[in-house]
Amino acid sequence: MQTKTMPQLNELYREIILEHYRKPCGREPLDKVDYHAEGTNPLCGDEVKIGLQIKNNKIEKVYTEGHGCSISIASGSILADILRGKTLEEAKKISEYLKCTMQWKNNNFCDDVGDLRALEGVKKFPVRIKCALLPWTTFEEALMGHDRIEIS
Amino acid sequence: MFDVEKIRKDFPILERKIWDDKPLVYLDNAATTQKPKAVIESLVNYYENYNANIHRGVHKLAEEATSVYELVRDKVKNLVSCKDNSEVIFTRNTTESINLLAHSLGESLNEGDEILLTEMEHHSNIIPWYLLRNRKKINIRFVPITDQYELDYEKLEKLVTKKTKIISVTHKSNVLGVINDIGRISTGTSGCRPLLIVDAAQSVPHMKINFADLGCDFLVFSSHKMCGPTGVGVLVGKKESLEKIPPFLGGGEMVRKVTFDNFTSNDVPWKFEAGTPNIADVIAFGTAIEYLEKIGLENIHKYEIELTKYALEKLSGFNFLKIYNSRGVGIITFSNPVVHPHDIATIVDQEGVAVRAGHHCAQPLMSRLGVLATTRASFYFYNTKKEIDIFIDALQKAFDYFEVGACKELKQERVDLVSVQKKDK
Repeated sequence: MQTKTMPQLNELYREIILEHYRKPCGREPLDKVDYHAEGTNPLCGDEVKIGLQIKNNKIEKVYTEGHGCSISIASGSILADILRGKTLEEAKKISEYLKCTMQWKNNNFCDDVGDLRALEGVKKFPVRIKCALLPWTTFEEALMGHDRIEIS
Repeated sequence: MFDVEKIRKDFPILERKIWDDKPLVYLDNAATTQKPKAVIESLVNYYENYNANIHRGVHKLAEEATSVYELVRDKVKNLVSCKDNSEVIFTRNTTESINLLAHSLGESLNEGDEILLTEMEHHSNIIPWYLLRNRKKINIRFVPITDQYELDYEKLEKLVTKKTKIISVTHKSNVLGVINDIGRISTGTSGCRPLLIVDAAQSVPHMKINFADLGCDFLVFSSHKMCGPTGVGVLVGKKESLEKIPPFLGGGEMVRKVTFDNFTSNDVPWKFEAGTPNIADVIAFGTAIEYLEKIGLENIHKYEIELTKYALEKLSGFNFLKIYNSRGVGIITFSNPVVHPHDIATIVDQEGVAVRAGHHCAQPLMSRLGVLATTRASFYFYNTKKEIDIFIDALQKAFDYFEVGACKELKQERVDLVSVQKKDK
């Protein structure tokens, strides 16, 4: 329910965010996982798992799963949605885009960010920025870890 | 009882507006409480008029600062009814008091000894014991809670054996609000004579405590949760117990004599107060104690029971809430399957309402309750029923916002943490 009395909130909880929260993408477990990491936010206990399947240098499938607030769940869902089909380089650039956005820095270097723009309102709520970034920092951890873990 | 509106005028912060026009509704008192003007003035008065280091100086300022600082020990003694002011030790906070005990009591523990904690402990009453376990080969056991969110006293008594050297238990849970029956624990376990430590961070600020009646050996609490400044904790211990254990931190003040070979410790309480203490904040803490005693801790307790009852009644209107409170006072923690506590806290904050969202530094308890995070509202004597109404309206907005009821399909799958926790034991 979008309300006129809470303009700040409407910016934080855009309808797209709420839709991703209600029906998150990327919940299908992968048969083969090339990159995997688990992230937690020790301040609030939010948890996220990210798994990537690579084919021909592109991200073929993304798995995300997590327990957390609408912002972290939606951010993970958008991640699963938009990273599919991207090269790892493109994916890193998108992750960088979100970090710059949250820090009010220039983010013009990235156009193809899909629903990620909907998270822009989060930057006005400093304590919630970590929620939005959790899936993305976990994604970056996964790339660094090169873990091969089977998720059944 | 007392005039809440008059009391509220003592707290400058309660005048402030949040987001330009919303009055502050501060319901995060279990985290820290607000400070009355008298306490703030007491800090300023010390720095403006008699700032000096204590105990060592011969000059007038040092003498004044020392006597006011030491007088606060008397105030604490009277507050908790211990025998002597030498039984009162100032630390930085409750956490440091427990670390002191874990360190100093831990010295005499042997391999195979056991420490008994409960499932409702704050991290500050878990981690110091884990650290000790890493140094000594001891075992830690947790007393379970019942499905009514109360301590399982029968299981507790069964868990106590000759091996149990220490029981460290919270007096009042910072999540469940339940007040544990310390007398029952001390009499029920007296056969095996373990030392009993009581974490009273959530109880001393809200009710009249009598150290001797509780029957414990050590009592710990913090100034900042009872209208005093941050940076001051208290450890109250029986003199004979304090004399037996070694010091925690070394440095100035805690020694009697130092040579090129060794040192001899000072008497209690100074043996445990190494270095320049937090003089200003201890002094202002004394003012906070005076302030609370003027209002009356019995009055505060009664009023909080009334506020809690009122809030629980109002909350029962949201039938989709799980409320983790059956007999708790002053603290109400709840969860629901749709709106995450963080989202609730953000939305009610827009209405000026400050509540806590998260695990409340009690992750093991959260896993026992089968949740990762909850929302907590906690009251103090300056809160009003009107403020609870504002909180309830703000909550309603949060649930409307997320269309609770309309999005029943949202079911967060999660590992059954309750059963995982049980398997660990």
